[in-house]
Amino acid sequence: MTAPDRIPTRPQPPGPQPPDPVLSDGVRPRLARHVRMSFCRTRQRHILQLPETVVVLRGSGASILELCDGRRTVAEIVAELGLRFGTVPDDEVLRFLSRLVARRWVELAGETTDG
Amino acid sequence: MDSPFGLLAELTYRCPLACAYCSNPLNLADYSDELATHEWRRVLGEARDLGVLQCHLSGGEPLLRRDLVEIVAEAHGLGLYTNLVTSALGFSRSRAEQLRAAGLDHVQISIQADEPAVSDRIAGTPSFHRKVEAMGVVKELGWPLTVNVVLHRQNIDRVADVLGLAEEVRADRVELANTQYYGWARVNREALLPSRAQLEAAEVVVRAARERLRDRMDVLYVVPDYYSRYPKPCMGGWASRQLTVTPDGDVLPCPAAQSLPLPRASVRDAALDWIWAEAPVMNAFRGTDWMPEPCRSCERRERDFGGCRCQAFQLTGDAARTDPVCHLSPDHDLVADAVRAANDRRPIDLQLVPRPHRLPEEGK
Repeated sequence: MTAPDRIPTRPQPPGPQPPDPVLSDGVRPRLARHVRMSFCRTRQRHILQLPETVVVLRGSGASILELCDGRRTVAEIVAELGLRFGTVPDDEVLRFLSRLVARRWVELAGETTDG
Repeated sequence: MDSPFGLLAELTYRCPLACAYCSNPLNLADYSDELATHEWRRVLGEARDLGVLQCHLSGGEPLLRRDLVEIVAEAHGLGLYTNLVTSALGFSRSRAEQLRAAGLDHVQISIQADEPAVSDRIAGTPSFHRKVEAMGVVKELGWPLTVNVVLHRQNIDRVADVLGLAEEVRADRVELANTQYYGWARVNREALLPSRAQLEAAEVVVRAARERLRDRMDVLYVVPDYYSRYPKPCMGGWASRQLTVTPDGDVLPCPAAQSLPLPRASVRDAALDWIWAEAPVMNAFRGTDWMPEPCRSCERRERDFGGCRCQAFQLTGDAARTDPVCHLSPDHDLVADAVRAANDRRPIDLQLVPRPHRLPEEGK
C-alpha cells in the first residue's frame, strides 16, 4: 500500500511561467481548512502542516499568517504589521499571500473551497 | 544531522486487499508480533520529541488495528498532523466519525482503477463500490481527501478515467504513483512494467489534467524510475527526512529497507532518538561518504543521493552500488533489459501473482 517514495513533479511549460495573480488588498484571507500552523519546539520555527507536506516558515511568514483570520482584509493586515514592525511593503504581503492562495493553502473568506 | 519530519507508522501488514503491486515485504508472517497500543503511544511521543511533525498511519490496512482511534487520538494530542493511508475497507461511517472526533487530519484512499471490474480484479477482492462510498464519507465529514492510484501496465491506459473519478468524488489531491518494484511488485515486474508508449500517452493526459484542475485538485505524479535518466532522490536521502516503524517495531529509513542485510534496530530495545542518531541501520548510507563511483564524483550526488539503496541491493546484491536506474551506473543494463522487454510487444494482461490476503497463521 505504501509507496517508498513520492516525487511530485511539476510540468515544465515552454517559456517563462505566468506570474501568480496578485490579490486585491480588500480580500479577507485565512488558512485553508486542511492547513494547520503551529510552532515546532525542536526547530524553534513556525510550521505549516498539510497532507504529505511540512513547510518551515521563515522571516515574516508566520506573523502574516497569524493575522489571516478571515475577518481582516489584506490592507488591515498590512497596517497591523506596520504597527508591530515599522514599515511593511504591502506588495510583499500581497505577493506572499498570492503564492499561498495559488497553492490553495490560503483561501479567501466567502470563497470557501471544499475540504 | 537533521530531525526527521515524518513518521511512517506501519501499524500492520494485514490487509483485506491482495494487490500484486504491493511493496510490503514478502515474508509477511515475520511481522505478526505487532506492537501493542502502549508501545505505539511511546513511539509517537518519542517521534514528536525528535522533531516529527507528520504521522502517516499505514500498513497493510491500518483499520484492522482495533486501537486505531486511540493511536490517532494520541498522535493528535501530541500535535502531529495525522494521515490515514487506507484501502477504505472497514471505513464505516461510525468508525469514520470516531476518527474525526479523535482528530484525524487527512484521509488517503487507494483505488485500483476507475471502474469496478478492473479495480476489483487488481485488488483481488470486491472493493470498488465500498471505496467510492468511503470517499463520499470523507468529504461529507469535512476531511481533505487524497485518492491514490498505483499505475502499471494493466491500468495506466485508463488514467484519464481515473482522473475523472477523482474529480467526481471531489478529491483534493490525486496521487498517480507509478509502481515501484519492491516486495510483491518486484515479483510481478514483468506483468506490471508499462511500455514507453503507454507512459508517454499517460503523461500527456496528466499534464493536461493538472492544468485544467489547478484551482481545485492537486495532481501528483510519481515518475516511473525505470524510465528515468537519473534515479529518484529516494526519501530525500537515507535517514534524512523520514523514518518508518514496521508493525513489529523495527525502525528503518524507508519501508523497503527491511530487505537489506543491516542489523535490526527495534523500538522494543532502544529509544527512537538513539536509533535515529546512532543505529547502524540509520548511518549505513547517510551523507555521501559511503558512495562508490560514479556517484562519489557526480555533481548530482547531493541531489539524488545515489538513488535507492534497496533497489541497488535488489538488482545487484550490493546496497552500496549506484542505483542501476541511473544511466551512468555500471549495472544499468539490468534496468535497460527489463525496459526493453516491456517494449517488446508483450501483452498487457499477463497473469499477476497476488499478495496473500492474510498471514498464514490466521487460517482461511
